[in-house]
Amino acid sequence: MRASLQCMPHDHHDHDDPHALLPPEPALRVKALETLLTRKGLIDPAALDEIIDTYENKIGPKNGAQVVARAWSDPEFRGALLEDATKVVADLGYFGRQGEHVVAVENTEDQHNMVVCTLCSCYPWPLLGIPPGWYKSDAYRARAVRAPREVLAEFGVTLPADTRIRVWDSTAEVRYLVIPMRPDGTEGWSVDDLAQLVTRDSMIGTGLARQP
Amino acid sequence: MSDARPDPVFEEPWHAQVFALTVHLNETGLFAWPDWAARFGATLARHGLSKELNGGSDYFAAWLETLEGLLADRDVADPTTVETLRAAWEEAYLSTPHGQPVHLES
Repeated sequence: MRASLQCMPHDHHDHDDPHALLPPEPALRVKALETLLTRKGLIDPAALDEIIDTYENKIGPKNGAQVVARAWSDPEFRGALLEDATKVVADLGYFGRQGEHVVAVENTEDQHNMVVCTLCSCYPWPLLGIPPGWYKSDAYRARAVRAPREVLAEFGVTLPADTRIRVWDSTAEVRYLVIPMRPDGTEGWSVDDLAQLVTRDSMIGTGLARQP
Repeated sequence: MSDARPDPVFEEPWHAQVFALTVHLNETGLFAWPDWAARFGATLARHGLSKELNGGSDYFAAWLETLEGLLADRDVADPTTVETLRAAWEEAYLSTPHGQPVHLES
C-alpha cells in the first residue's frame, strides 16, 4: 500500500468500465488534503510511505511480547519496567512517536488489569502497533469500565470471583501495557519461546497468555 | 506472538493514508498529540450519539473529519480549496482510461 499522489487504479472486475475505478469519497478527500499540503511544502510524501510501512510491517505486538517475556525471565528488568516503563522501552528502541509515557501494569492472582481508551483510541503503538477494530468500537470503549467482567467473558476470559479487575483509561499522554501472568510449566524457557505465549489481547488485558 | 488470524492493520488504503498524514503533521510540529486526541475524542462522541461506532470505517470517517477541521482552524487547508481538489481528483479518475495511472493536472 502506498500513499503517493500518483495512484494506479484498482483492479476492476467490470472490464466494460471505460474509466479508472473511482475510490470512495473519503479517499478522495484524503488525496485532496495530501495534494494541498504537498503543494504548500508541509508534508513529504516519502515520509507518509515510511509511516505506513512502519505500522504495517515493522511495529506490532511482537515488540510488546518481547518486553513481557523479558519481564517474566529477568527480575531486574521486571523491576525497572514496573518502575519506569517509558525509559525501559525507549532503551529497547520502542519509543513513542507522540512522546507519550508508558506504564506497565502487572497481573497477579489478586488483580487483573485491563486497558481501554474511553476518549478515543490511545494505545501503546510502539509496543502493540495499531489497535484492533474492537478496541476502537463504542461497544468496548463504553463497557470496559462499566462492566469489565461481562466484557472479559465475551473474550472468553473468566476470572476467579475474588480477583479484582482494574481498568486503566489511556490518554494521549499515558499508555498502558499489561504484563499477563506467566503460565505454569514454563520454567527455564528462553525469552523467545516465552514471547510466543504472549498474545496481543493478553497485553491489553482482554486475554490471558497462552498455555504451553 | 502470533494471534491465529491477526486483523489487517488498516482495512482500507485511505485509512492508512489519513493515519500517516496525521502522524506526520504531528511530527512536523503542526499540532501536539494531546490536542489531536481531545478533538478526535469530541468527534467520536458526537458521531456516537446517532449510532454505535464499530471501530472500522466509521472510526476513520471521524478521524478524517477531525483532521479536516483541525487544518481548517489552523488556516492550513481551507475547506473550499480542499473541495476543489477533491472534485479535481474525482474528475481525474473519471477521465482516465481504465488501467492508466491517474494524475491530477496542476
